[in-house]
Amino acid sequence: MSTTIWVLVELDNGQPARSSLEVLGKAAQLGRAEAVVLGSSAAEVAPTLGEYGAEKVYVHADPVYDTYLTLPAVDTLSDLLKQHQPALLMLATTYDLRDIAARLNARHNMGLITDATDVQFDGDTLQVTVPWGGENMVAATFPRQGTGIVLTRPKAFGVERHEGKTAEVETLSPSLSAASQQIKILDRVEVQSEGPSLEDANVIVSGGRGLGKAENFHFVEQLAAALGGAAGATRAIVDAGWLPYSYQVGQTGKTVKPTLYVAAGISGAIQHLAGMKGSKYIVAINKDEHAPIFSVADFGVVGDVLTILPQLTAEVKKRKAQ
Amino acid sequence: MKMYVCIKQIPDPNTVVSKLDPNTKRLVRSGVSLVLDPGDESTISAAIKLRDTVGNSELTAISMGPASAQEAMRRALAMGVDRAILVTDPALAGSDALGTARVLAAVLKKEGPDLVFCATESTDGYTGMVPGGIAEFLALPQLTFAREITIESQKIVIKRVTLTGYQTVESPLPAVITIASGSFEAIYPTMKGIMGAKKKPFTQLSLADLGIDASEVGEAGARERIISIGKVEARAAGQVIKDDGNAAQAIADFLQRYQLL
Repeated sequence: MSTTIWVLVELDNGQPARSSLEVLGKAAQLGRAEAVVLGSSAAEVAPTLGEYGAEKVYVHADPVYDTYLTLPAVDTLSDLLKQHQPALLMLATTYDLRDIAARLNARHNMGLITDATDVQFDGDTLQVTVPWGGENMVAATFPRQGTGIVLTRPKAFGVERHEGKTAEVETLSPSLSAASQQIKILDRVEVQSEGPSLEDANVIVSGGRGLGKAENFHFVEQLAAALGGAAGATRAIVDAGWLPYSYQVGQTGKTVKPTLYVAAGISGAIQHLAGMKGSKYIVAINKDEHAPIFSVADFGVVGDVLTILPQLTAEVKKRKAQ
Repeated sequence: MKMYVCIKQIPDPNTVVSKLDPNTKRLVRSGVSLVLDPGDESTISAAIKLRDTVGNSELTAISMGPASAQEAMRRALAMGVDRAILVTDPALAGSDALGTARVLAAVLKKEGPDLVFCATESTDGYTGMVPGGIAEFLALPQLTFAREITIESQKIVIKRVTLTGYQTVESPLPAVITIASGSFEAIYPTMKGIMGAKKKPFTQLSLADLGIDASEVGEAGARERIISIGKVEARAAGQVIKDDGNAAQAIADFLQRYQLL
Protein backbone atom coordinates (compact mmCIF):
# COMPACT_ATOMS: atom_id res chain seq x y z
CA MET A 1 0.00 0.00 0.00
CA SER A 2 1.35 3.35 -0.86
CA THR A 3 1.82 6.11 1.64
CA THR A 4 -1.19 8.34 2.23
CA ILE A 5 -0.58 12.06 2.13
CA TRP A 6 -3.18 14.59 3.08
CA VAL A 7 -3.53 18.10 1.77
CA LEU A 8 -5.78 20.68 3.38
CA VAL A 9 -7.20 22.58 0.42
CA GLU A 10 -7.92 26.23 1.12
CA LEU A 11 -10.87 27.93 -0.51
CA ASP A 12 -10.40 31.37 -1.98
CA ASN A 13 -13.70 33.04 -2.90
CA GLY A 14 -15.29 29.61 -3.06
CA GLN A 15 -12.61 28.16 -5.38
CA PRO A 16 -9.63 25.97 -4.48
CA ALA A 17 -6.60 28.22 -3.95
CA ARG A 18 -3.89 27.79 -6.57
CA SER A 19 -1.30 27.34 -3.82
CA SER A 20 -3.25 24.35 -2.45
CA LEU A 21 -3.50 22.76 -5.92
CA GLU A 22 0.29 23.02 -6.24
CA VAL A 23 0.67 21.08 -3.01
CA LEU A 24 -1.95 18.52 -4.05
CA GLY A 25 -0.01 17.83 -7.26
CA LYS A 26 3.16 17.25 -5.26
CA ALA A 27 1.35 14.96 -2.81
CA ALA A 28 0.09 12.85 -5.73
CA GLN A 29 3.69 12.32 -6.87
CA LEU A 30 4.66 11.09 -3.40
CA GLY A 31 1.91 8.58 -2.80
CA ARG A 32 -1.84 8.40 -2.43
CA ALA A 33 -3.05 12.00 -2.19
CA GLU A 34 -6.16 12.74 -0.22
CA ALA A 35 -7.64 16.20 0.19
CA VAL A 36 -9.66 17.76 2.99
CA VAL A 37 -11.84 20.70 2.02
CA LEU A 38 -13.91 22.72 4.49
CA GLY A 39 -16.25 25.64 3.81
CA SER A 40 -19.60 26.55 2.30
CA SER A 41 -18.53 25.72 -1.27
CA ALA A 42 -16.62 22.55 -0.29
CA ALA A 43 -19.17 20.15 -1.79
CA GLU A 44 -19.02 21.79 -5.24
CA VAL A 45 -15.23 21.96 -5.19
CA ALA A 46 -14.58 18.41 -3.94
CA PRO A 47 -15.23 16.38 -7.12
CA THR A 48 -12.96 18.65 -9.20
CA LEU A 49 -9.96 17.97 -6.93
CA GLY A 50 -9.53 14.57 -8.61
CA GLU A 51 -8.20 16.41 -11.65
CA TYR A 52 -5.45 17.89 -9.47
CA GLY A 53 -4.31 14.60 -8.00
CA ALA A 54 -6.66 13.71 -5.13
CA GLU A 55 -7.77 10.06 -4.96
CA LYS A 56 -10.17 10.87 -2.18
CA VAL A 57 -11.67 14.05 -0.78
CA TYR A 58 -13.07 14.55 2.72
CA VAL A 59 -15.70 17.26 2.62
CA HIS A 60 -17.52 19.30 5.18
CA ALA A 61 -19.64 21.95 3.52
CA ASP A 62 -20.42 24.37 6.31
CA PRO A 63 -20.31 28.19 6.31
CA VAL A 64 -18.92 28.16 9.86
CA TYR A 65 -15.45 27.69 8.31
CA ASP A 66 -15.92 30.84 6.20
CA THR A 67 -16.87 33.02 9.16
CA TYR A 68 -14.76 31.62 12.00
CA LEU A 69 -11.02 31.39 11.59
CA THR A 70 -8.74 28.52 12.54
CA LEU A 71 -10.51 26.72 15.39
CA PRO A 72 -13.36 24.90 13.59
CA ALA A 73 -10.91 23.64 10.94
CA VAL A 74 -8.46 22.52 13.65
CA ASP A 75 -11.20 20.60 15.49
CA THR A 76 -12.45 18.82 12.37
CA LEU A 77 -8.96 17.97 11.08
CA SER A 78 -7.90 16.89 14.50
CA ASP A 79 -10.61 14.21 14.70
CA LEU A 80 -9.96 13.11 11.13
CA LEU A 81 -6.23 12.76 11.71
CA LYS A 82 -6.81 10.60 14.78
CA GLN A 83 -9.15 8.39 12.82
CA HIS A 84 -7.12 7.93 9.63
CA GLN A 85 -3.51 8.67 10.60
CA PRO A 86 -2.06 9.64 7.22
CA ALA A 87 1.74 9.65 7.00
CA LEU A 88 1.88 13.32 6.25
CA LEU A 89 -0.26 16.45 6.22
CA MET A 90 0.87 19.02 3.66
CA LEU A 91 -0.29 22.62 3.52
CA ALA A 92 0.62 25.63 1.42
CA THR A 93 2.15 28.50 3.41
CA THR A 94 -0.72 30.99 3.58
CA TYR A 95 -2.02 33.23 6.35
CA ASP A 96 -4.91 30.94 7.31
CA LEU A 97 -3.22 27.57 6.83
CA ARG A 98 -0.22 28.57 8.94
CA ASP A 99 -2.51 29.35 11.85
CA ILE A 100 -4.23 25.97 11.51
CA ALA A 101 -0.94 24.06 11.24
CA ALA A 102 0.52 25.68 14.37
CA ARG A 103 -2.42 24.60 16.52
CA LEU A 104 -2.67 21.08 15.12
CA ASN A 105 1.03 20.66 15.80
CA ALA A 106 0.57 21.61 19.45
CA ARG A 107 -2.65 19.67 19.97
CA HIS A 108 -1.21 16.38 18.71
CA ASN A 109 2.45 16.83 19.58
CA MET A 110 3.24 16.32 15.89
CA GLY A 111 6.38 17.26 14.01
CA LEU A 112 6.26 20.29 11.79
CA ILE A 113 8.62 21.54 9.09
CA THR A 114 8.04 24.94 7.51
CA ASP A 115 9.18 26.63 4.29
CA ALA A 116 9.78 23.39 2.38
CA THR A 117 10.71 23.61 -1.28
CA ASP A 118 10.75 19.87 -1.89
CA VAL A 119 9.50 16.68 -0.29
CA GLN A 120 10.78 13.21 -1.26
CA PHE A 121 10.92 9.71 0.14
CA ASP A 122 14.34 8.13 0.31
CA GLY A 123 13.21 4.56 0.83
CA ASP A 124 10.94 4.87 3.85
CA THR A 125 12.59 8.03 5.09
CA LEU A 126 10.84 11.28 4.37
CA GLN A 127 13.23 14.01 3.25
CA VAL A 128 12.02 17.57 3.39
CA THR A 129 14.19 20.18 1.69
CA VAL A 130 14.34 23.59 3.37
CA PRO A 131 16.54 26.40 2.05
CA TRP A 132 18.29 27.92 5.04
CA GLY A 133 20.14 31.18 5.47
CA GLY A 134 20.89 31.85 1.83
CA GLU A 135 23.65 29.38 1.21
CA ASN A 136 22.47 26.16 2.83
CA MET A 137 19.94 23.54 1.85
CA VAL A 138 18.81 21.51 4.82
CA ALA A 139 17.27 18.04 4.51
CA ALA A 140 15.03 17.32 7.48
CA THR A 141 12.76 14.49 8.60
CA PHE A 142 10.42 13.37 11.39
CA PRO A 143 12.18 10.74 13.47
CA ARG A 144 9.05 9.68 15.35
CA GLN A 145 5.97 7.68 14.49
CA GLY A 146 2.80 9.50 13.59
CA THR A 147 1.68 12.16 11.17
CA GLY A 148 4.08 14.99 10.42
CA ILE A 149 3.09 18.40 9.05
CA VAL A 150 4.91 20.10 6.18
CA LEU A 151 4.21 23.68 5.14
CA THR A 152 5.51 24.29 1.64
CA ARG A 153 6.79 27.47 0.08
CA PRO A 154 4.42 29.06 -2.47
CA LYS A 155 5.28 28.28 -6.09
CA ALA A 156 7.67 25.49 -5.12
CA PHE A 157 5.59 23.13 -7.27
CA GLY A 158 3.56 23.54 -10.44
CA VAL A 159 -0.15 22.72 -10.78
CA GLU A 160 -0.78 19.38 -12.51
CA ARG A 161 -4.18 18.89 -14.07
CA HIS A 162 -5.48 15.58 -15.37
CA GLU A 163 -8.76 16.39 -17.05
CA GLY A 164 -11.62 14.02 -16.40
CA LYS A 165 -9.96 12.27 -13.46
CA THR A 166 -12.34 11.92 -10.52
CA ALA A 167 -11.98 11.53 -6.79
CA GLU A 168 -13.96 9.54 -4.29
CA VAL A 169 -15.83 11.96 -2.05
CA GLU A 170 -16.61 11.30 1.61
CA THR A 171 -19.02 13.73 3.18
CA LEU A 172 -18.35 14.48 6.83
CA SER A 173 -20.85 15.64 9.40
CA PRO A 174 -18.88 16.60 12.48
CA SER A 175 -20.64 18.75 15.05
CA LEU A 176 -18.80 22.02 15.40
CA SER A 177 -18.59 23.18 18.99
CA ALA A 178 -19.60 26.68 20.05
CA ALA A 179 -16.18 26.96 21.70
CA SER A 180 -14.53 26.79 18.30
CA GLN A 181 -16.56 29.74 17.03
CA GLN A 182 -14.57 32.50 18.66
CA ILE A 183 -12.39 34.15 16.04
CA LYS A 184 -15.01 35.83 13.93
CA ILE A 185 -14.50 37.61 10.61
CA LEU A 186 -16.72 40.69 10.69
CA ASP A 187 -15.84 41.96 7.23
CA ARG A 188 -13.35 41.62 4.40
CA VAL A 189 -11.83 44.57 2.59
CA GLU A 190 -10.03 44.23 -0.73
CA VAL A 191 -7.57 47.00 -1.41
CA GLN A 192 -7.55 47.66 -5.12
CA SER A 193 -4.23 48.47 -6.66
CA GLU A 194 -3.59 49.49 -10.23
CA GLY A 195 -1.94 47.08 -12.63
CA PRO A 196 -1.30 43.38 -12.06
CA SER A 197 -0.89 41.93 -8.56
CA LEU A 198 2.59 40.92 -7.41
CA GLU A 199 1.71 37.23 -7.63
CA ASP A 200 0.46 37.45 -11.19
CA ALA A 201 2.83 40.02 -12.65
CA ASN A 202 5.26 39.06 -15.41
CA VAL A 203 7.41 42.03 -14.52
CA ILE A 204 8.15 43.26 -11.01
CA VAL A 205 10.14 46.34 -10.05
CA SER A 206 11.02 46.37 -6.35
CA GLY A 207 12.56 49.08 -4.23
CA GLY A 208 14.68 48.98 -1.08
CA ARG A 209 16.53 51.19 1.36
CA GLY A 210 18.70 52.59 -1.42
CA LEU A 211 15.78 54.79 -2.45
CA GLY A 212 16.60 56.90 0.59
CA LYS A 213 13.09 57.90 1.59
CA ALA A 214 9.46 56.85 1.16
CA GLU A 215 8.73 59.72 -1.26
CA ASN A 216 11.18 58.25 -3.78
CA PHE A 217 9.18 55.03 -4.13
CA HIS A 218 7.23 56.64 -6.98
CA PHE A 219 10.33 56.14 -9.19
CA VAL A 220 9.80 52.40 -8.71
CA GLU A 221 6.08 52.66 -9.42
CA GLN A 222 6.71 54.67 -12.58
CA LEU A 223 9.13 52.12 -14.00
CA ALA A 224 6.76 49.29 -13.06
CA ALA A 225 3.93 51.06 -14.86
CA ALA A 226 6.08 51.70 -17.95
CA LEU A 227 6.99 48.00 -18.08
CA GLY A 228 3.37 46.93 -17.47
CA GLY A 229 4.36 45.30 -14.19
CA ALA A 230 3.80 45.51 -10.46
CA ALA A 231 5.77 47.36 -7.78
CA GLY A 232 7.23 45.48 -4.82
CA ALA A 233 9.34 46.24 -1.76
CA THR A 234 11.83 44.78 0.68
CA ARG A 235 11.02 43.94 4.28
CA ALA A 236 13.30 46.78 5.41
CA ILE A 237 11.19 49.51 3.82
CA VAL A 238 7.93 47.81 4.75
CA ASP A 239 9.15 47.60 8.36
CA ALA A 240 10.11 51.27 8.12
CA GLY A 241 6.48 52.00 7.30
CA TRP A 242 7.04 53.31 3.76
CA LEU A 243 4.58 50.83 2.30
CA PRO A 244 1.98 48.32 3.45
CA TYR A 245 2.89 44.69 4.04
CA SER A 246 1.14 43.65 0.82
CA TYR A 247 4.11 45.01 -1.16
CA GLN A 248 6.68 42.84 0.57
CA VAL A 249 8.67 40.38 -1.52
CA GLY A 250 10.73 37.85 0.41
CA GLN A 251 10.67 34.82 2.56
CA THR A 252 8.08 36.35 4.88
CA GLY A 253 6.31 38.31 2.19
CA LYS A 254 5.44 37.03 -1.22
CA THR A 255 7.43 34.54 -3.23
CA VAL A 256 7.49 35.74 -6.81
CA LYS A 257 8.72 34.19 -10.05
CA PRO A 258 8.19 36.82 -12.75
CA THR A 259 9.93 36.79 -16.11
CA LEU A 260 11.72 40.02 -15.20
CA TYR A 261 12.61 41.27 -11.73
CA VAL A 262 14.21 44.69 -11.36
CA ALA A 263 15.80 45.26 -7.92
CA ALA A 264 16.24 48.99 -7.34
CA GLY A 265 18.32 50.08 -4.35
CA ILE A 266 18.10 46.60 -2.84
CA SER A 267 21.23 45.17 -1.22
CA GLY A 268 19.90 41.61 -1.38
CA ALA A 269 19.33 40.42 2.19
CA ILE A 270 18.94 36.65 2.32
CA GLN A 271 15.31 36.85 3.19
CA HIS A 272 14.63 39.00 0.13
CA LEU A 273 16.64 36.79 -2.22
CA ALA A 274 14.64 33.80 -1.00
CA GLY A 275 11.48 35.41 -2.31
CA MET A 276 12.68 36.44 -5.76
CA LYS A 277 15.62 34.44 -7.00
CA GLY A 278 13.33 32.12 -8.93
CA SER A 279 12.72 35.02 -11.35
CA LYS A 280 13.79 34.30 -14.93
CA TYR A 281 15.80 37.48 -15.48
CA ILE A 282 17.07 39.71 -12.69
CA VAL A 283 18.30 43.26 -13.20
CA ALA A 284 19.85 45.05 -10.23
CA ILE A 285 20.75 48.67 -9.63
CA ASN A 286 22.71 49.49 -6.48
CA LYS A 287 25.42 51.93 -5.50
CA ASP A 288 27.42 49.32 -3.55
CA GLU A 289 29.31 47.06 -5.95
CA HIS A 290 29.66 44.43 -3.19
CA ALA A 291 25.91 44.17 -2.59
CA PRO A 292 24.81 40.51 -2.56
CA ILE A 293 22.06 41.28 -5.08
CA PHE A 294 24.72 41.38 -7.82
CA SER A 295 25.53 37.71 -7.17
CA VAL A 296 22.11 36.72 -8.50
CA ALA A 297 21.63 39.45 -11.12
CA ASP A 298 21.81 38.69 -14.83
CA PHE A 299 22.51 42.34 -15.44
CA GLY A 300 23.75 44.68 -12.75
CA VAL A 301 24.47 48.39 -12.68
CA VAL A 302 26.59 49.99 -9.99
CA GLY A 303 25.16 53.46 -9.79
CA ASP A 304 22.66 55.87 -8.28
CA VAL A 305 19.19 54.41 -8.37
CA LEU A 306 17.56 57.85 -8.13
CA THR A 307 19.33 58.95 -11.32
CA ILE A 308 18.97 55.74 -13.28
CA LEU A 309 15.32 54.87 -12.53
CA PRO A 310 13.78 57.96 -14.17
CA GLN A 311 16.18 57.66 -17.12
CA LEU A 312 15.25 54.02 -17.56
CA THR A 313 11.53 54.80 -17.33
CA ALA A 314 11.92 57.38 -20.08
CA GLU A 315 14.01 54.98 -22.18
CA VAL A 316 11.47 52.16 -21.80
CA LYS A 317 8.62 54.47 -22.81
CA LYS A 318 10.61 55.72 -25.80
CA ARG A 319 11.49 52.24 -27.06
CA LYS A 320 7.97 50.93 -26.49
CA ALA A 321 6.61 53.79 -28.59
CA GLN A 322 8.91 52.97 -31.51
CA MET B 1 -5.25 44.23 32.02
CA LYS B 2 -2.36 41.82 32.33
CA MET B 3 -0.50 42.01 29.04
CA TYR B 4 2.49 39.94 27.92
CA VAL B 5 4.86 40.11 24.99
CA CYS B 6 6.96 37.11 23.92
CA ILE B 7 10.37 38.14 22.61
CA LYS B 8 13.59 36.60 21.35
CA GLN B 9 17.24 37.49 21.05
CA ILE B 10 18.70 36.61 17.65
CA PRO B 11 21.92 37.12 15.64
CA ASP B 12 21.75 40.66 14.24
CA PRO B 13 20.04 40.18 10.84
CA ASN B 14 21.65 43.37 9.55
CA THR B 15 25.25 42.32 10.12
CA VAL B 16 25.32 38.55 10.55
CA VAL B 17 24.90 35.91 7.87
CA SER B 18 23.27 33.15 9.91
CA LYS B 19 25.12 29.86 9.85
CA LEU B 20 24.32 26.35 10.99
CA ASP B 21 26.96 24.46 12.91
CA PRO B 22 27.55 21.31 10.81
CA ASN B 23 28.08 19.19 13.96
CA THR B 24 25.36 20.34 16.32
CA LYS B 25 23.13 21.40 13.38
CA ARG B 26 22.13 24.41 15.48
CA LEU B 27 22.30 28.12 14.78
CA VAL B 28 25.76 29.53 15.44
CA ARG B 29 25.35 32.05 18.27
CA SER B 30 28.89 32.39 19.56
CA GLY B 31 31.06 35.20 18.30
CA VAL B 32 28.18 36.97 16.56
CA SER B 33 26.40 40.13 17.55
CA LEU B 34 23.05 39.37 19.21
CA VAL B 35 20.09 41.76 19.26
CA LEU B 36 16.44 41.92 20.18
CA ASP B 37 14.58 40.64 17.09
CA PRO B 38 13.52 43.71 15.03
CA GLY B 39 10.07 42.12 14.61
CA ASP B 40 9.80 42.06 18.40
CA GLU B 41 10.66 45.77 18.58
CA SER B 42 7.58 46.61 16.58
CA THR B 43 5.49 44.11 18.58
CA ILE B 44 6.69 45.64 21.86
CA SER B 45 5.86 49.09 20.49
CA ALA B 46 2.32 47.97 19.63
CA ALA B 47 1.92 46.42 23.09
CA ILE B 48 3.16 49.53 24.93
CA LYS B 49 0.77 51.73 22.97
CA LEU B 50 -2.18 49.47 23.74
CA ARG B 51 -1.22 49.24 27.43
CA ASP B 52 -1.19 53.03 27.63
CA THR B 53 -4.46 53.39 25.72
CA VAL B 54 -6.30 50.82 27.85
CA GLY B 55 -4.83 52.18 31.07
CA ASN B 56 -4.43 50.48 34.45
CA SER B 57 -2.47 47.71 32.74
CA GLU B 58 0.89 46.03 33.14
CA LEU B 59 3.09 44.74 30.31
CA THR B 60 5.53 41.87 30.93
CA ALA B 61 8.12 40.58 28.47
CA ILE B 62 8.77 36.83 28.40
CA SER B 63 11.64 35.08 26.68
CA MET B 64 13.28 31.69 26.51
CA GLY B 65 16.98 31.66 25.81
CA PRO B 66 20.51 31.59 27.18
CA ALA B 67 21.54 34.00 29.96
CA SER B 68 22.79 36.44 27.29
CA ALA B 69 19.13 37.04 26.33
CA GLN B 70 18.98 39.31 29.40
CA GLU B 71 20.40 42.06 27.21
CA ALA B 72 17.52 41.86 24.75
CA MET B 73 15.10 41.93 27.67
CA ARG B 74 16.81 45.02 29.14
CA ARG B 75 16.15 46.73 25.83
CA ALA B 76 12.47 45.79 26.06
CA LEU B 77 12.38 47.23 29.58
CA ALA B 78 14.12 50.39 28.34
CA MET B 79 11.49 50.75 25.62
CA GLY B 80 8.81 50.81 28.33
CA VAL B 81 7.91 47.23 29.25
CA ASP B 82 7.19 46.98 33.01
CA ARG B 83 8.87 43.71 33.97
CA ALA B 84 10.65 40.73 32.40
CA ILE B 85 10.72 36.95 32.83
CA LEU B 86 13.50 34.89 31.25
CA VAL B 87 13.38 31.11 31.14
CA THR B 88 16.88 29.77 30.86
CA ASP B 89 18.03 26.18 31.27
CA PRO B 90 20.75 24.12 29.58
CA ALA B 91 18.13 21.47 28.72
CA LEU B 92 16.35 23.97 26.45
CA ALA B 93 19.10 24.07 23.81
CA GLY B 94 17.91 22.71 20.48
CA SER B 95 14.21 23.26 21.20
CA ASP B 96 11.87 23.25 18.21
CA ALA B 97 8.97 25.69 17.79
CA LEU B 98 6.66 23.43 19.78
CA GLY B 99 9.14 23.10 22.66
CA THR B 100 9.48 26.88 22.74
CA ALA B 101 5.71 27.33 22.72
CA ARG B 102 5.38 24.80 25.55
CA VAL B 103 7.81 26.71 27.76
CA LEU B 104 6.35 30.15 27.07
CA ALA B 105 2.82 28.80 27.60
CA ALA B 106 3.87 27.33 30.97
CA VAL B 107 5.03 30.76 32.14
CA LEU B 108 1.84 32.39 30.88
CA LYS B 109 -0.36 29.78 32.56
CA LYS B 110 1.12 30.74 35.93
CA GLU B 111 0.64 34.42 35.17
CA GLY B 112 -2.97 34.34 33.94
CA PRO B 113 -2.78 36.74 30.98
CA ASP B 114 -5.56 38.84 29.47
CA LEU B 115 -3.62 39.44 26.26
CA VAL B 116 -0.44 37.91 24.84
CA PHE B 117 1.49 39.66 22.04
CA CYS B 118 3.90 37.88 19.70
CA ALA B 119 5.60 38.90 16.48
CA THR B 120 4.19 37.07 13.47
CA GLU B 121 7.45 35.14 13.27
CA SER B 122 11.05 35.49 14.36
CA THR B 123 13.58 37.02 11.98
CA ASP B 124 16.02 34.10 12.35
CA GLY B 125 13.82 30.99 12.28
CA TYR B 126 10.77 32.24 10.35
CA THR B 127 8.59 29.29 11.30
CA GLY B 128 5.79 31.46 12.72
CA MET B 129 4.59 28.41 14.64
CA VAL B 130 5.21 29.56 18.23
CA PRO B 131 2.24 31.95 18.69
CA GLY B 132 -0.33 29.37 17.51
CA GLY B 133 1.32 26.76 19.73
CA ILE B 134 1.09 29.03 22.78
CA ALA B 135 -2.57 29.75 22.00
CA GLU B 136 -3.33 26.04 21.71
CA PHE B 137 -1.55 25.16 24.96
CA LEU B 138 -3.50 27.91 26.75
CA ALA B 139 -6.75 27.06 24.90
CA LEU B 140 -7.07 30.69 23.81
CA PRO B 141 -8.11 32.14 20.45
CA GLN B 142 -5.30 33.49 18.28
CA LEU B 143 -5.62 36.66 16.25
CA THR B 144 -2.85 36.88 13.68
CA PHE B 145 -1.24 39.49 11.41
CA ALA B 146 -2.78 42.44 13.23
CA ARG B 147 -2.10 45.89 11.85
CA GLU B 148 -4.64 47.70 14.09
CA ILE B 149 -5.98 46.72 17.50
CA THR B 150 -9.00 47.88 19.48
CA ILE B 151 -10.12 46.64 22.89
CA GLU B 152 -13.84 46.80 23.68
CA SER B 153 -14.88 45.55 27.15
CA GLN B 154 -14.13 41.82 27.05
CA LYS B 155 -13.52 41.77 23.31
CA ILE B 156 -10.60 42.44 21.01
CA VAL B 157 -11.04 43.60 17.42
CA ILE B 158 -8.18 43.71 14.92
CA LYS B 159 -7.57 44.54 11.31
CA ARG B 160 -5.90 41.38 10.01
CA VAL B 161 -3.62 41.69 7.00
CA THR B 162 -4.51 39.44 4.04
CA LEU B 163 -2.90 39.03 0.62
CA THR B 164 -5.36 41.41 -1.01
CA GLY B 165 -6.34 43.77 1.81
CA TYR B 166 -7.53 43.11 5.33
CA GLN B 167 -10.24 41.47 7.41
CA THR B 168 -11.85 42.87 10.53
CA VAL B 169 -11.70 40.06 13.07
CA GLU B 170 -12.97 39.89 16.65
CA SER B 171 -12.59 37.45 19.48
CA PRO B 172 -13.27 37.30 23.19
CA LEU B 173 -10.45 37.97 25.68
CA PRO B 174 -8.12 36.54 26.85
CA ALA B 175 -6.40 36.01 23.50
CA VAL B 176 -3.05 35.63 21.76
CA ILE B 177 -2.34 38.22 19.08
CA THR B 178 0.44 38.48 16.47
CA ILE B 179 1.59 41.76 15.00
CA ALA B 180 2.28 42.38 11.30
CA SER B 181 5.73 43.89 11.00
CA GLY B 182 5.89 47.58 10.20
CA SER B 183 2.29 48.33 11.18
CA PHE B 184 3.10 50.18 14.38
CA GLU B 185 5.45 53.12 14.82
CA ALA B 186 8.58 52.06 16.68
CA ILE B 187 9.28 53.30 20.19
CA TYR B 188 12.96 53.92 20.90
CA PRO B 189 14.49 53.70 24.36
CA THR B 190 15.24 57.09 25.92
CA MET B 191 18.16 57.70 28.30
CA LYS B 192 15.62 57.84 31.12
CA GLY B 193 14.15 54.54 29.95
CA ILE B 194 17.57 52.90 29.85
CA MET B 195 18.39 54.08 33.39
CA GLY B 196 14.94 53.07 34.66
CA ALA B 197 15.20 49.59 33.10
CA LYS B 198 17.85 48.62 35.62
CA LYS B 199 15.38 49.02 38.49
CA LYS B 200 12.51 47.09 36.90
CA PRO B 201 11.64 43.57 38.14
CA PHE B 202 13.54 40.84 36.34
CA THR B 203 12.75 37.18 37.06
CA GLN B 204 14.76 34.22 35.89
CA LEU B 205 13.14 30.77 35.81
CA SER B 206 14.40 27.25 35.16
CA LEU B 207 12.51 24.26 33.76
CA ALA B 208 12.07 22.90 37.29
CA ASP B 209 10.33 26.16 38.29
CA LEU B 210 7.82 25.50 35.52
CA GLY B 211 7.37 21.79 36.23
CA ILE B 212 8.33 20.85 32.68
CA ASP B 213 10.10 17.56 32.06
CA ALA B 214 13.38 18.04 30.19
CA SER B 215 12.42 15.25 27.76
CA GLU B 216 9.58 17.39 26.39
CA VAL B 217 11.79 20.27 25.30
CA GLY B 218 15.24 20.99 23.92
CA GLU B 219 16.83 18.62 21.46
CA ALA B 220 15.38 15.64 23.35
CA GLY B 221 11.85 16.83 22.71
CA ALA B 222 12.31 18.08 19.15
CA ARG B 223 10.06 16.33 16.67
CA GLU B 224 12.15 17.19 13.64
CA ARG B 225 15.68 16.20 12.82
CA ILE B 226 18.14 17.56 10.31
CA ILE B 227 19.51 14.75 8.16
CA SER B 228 22.08 16.76 6.26
CA ILE B 229 23.16 20.28 5.45
CA GLY B 230 24.09 20.98 1.85
CA LYS B 231 24.98 23.97 -0.26
CA VAL B 232 22.50 25.84 -2.41
CA GLU B 233 23.25 25.68 -6.09
CA ALA B 234 24.35 29.23 -6.71
CA ARG B 235 22.68 31.21 -9.44
CA ALA B 236 25.36 32.26 -11.87
CA ALA B 237 26.06 35.96 -11.65
CA GLY B 238 25.77 37.90 -14.87
CA GLN B 239 27.35 41.04 -16.17
CA VAL B 240 27.84 44.01 -13.84
CA ILE B 241 28.67 47.47 -15.23
CA LYS B 242 29.40 50.83 -13.61
CA ASP B 243 27.07 53.66 -14.56
CA ASP B 244 28.92 56.05 -16.87
CA GLY B 245 25.78 57.98 -17.68
CA ASN B 246 24.48 55.40 -20.16
CA ALA B 247 23.22 52.75 -17.72
CA ALA B 248 19.58 53.29 -18.67
CA GLN B 249 20.38 52.55 -22.32
CA ALA B 250 22.43 49.51 -21.34
CA ILE B 251 19.56 48.11 -19.25
CA ALA B 252 17.08 48.79 -22.04
CA ASP B 253 19.42 46.99 -24.48
CA PHE B 254 19.54 44.00 -22.12
CA LEU B 255 15.73 43.98 -21.87
CA GLN B 256 15.37 44.11 -25.65
CA ARG B 257 17.93 41.34 -26.17
CA TYR B 258 15.76 39.01 -24.10
CA GLN B 259 12.49 40.35 -25.51
CA LEU B 260 11.45 41.84 -22.21
CA LEU B 261 10.42 45.12 -23.76
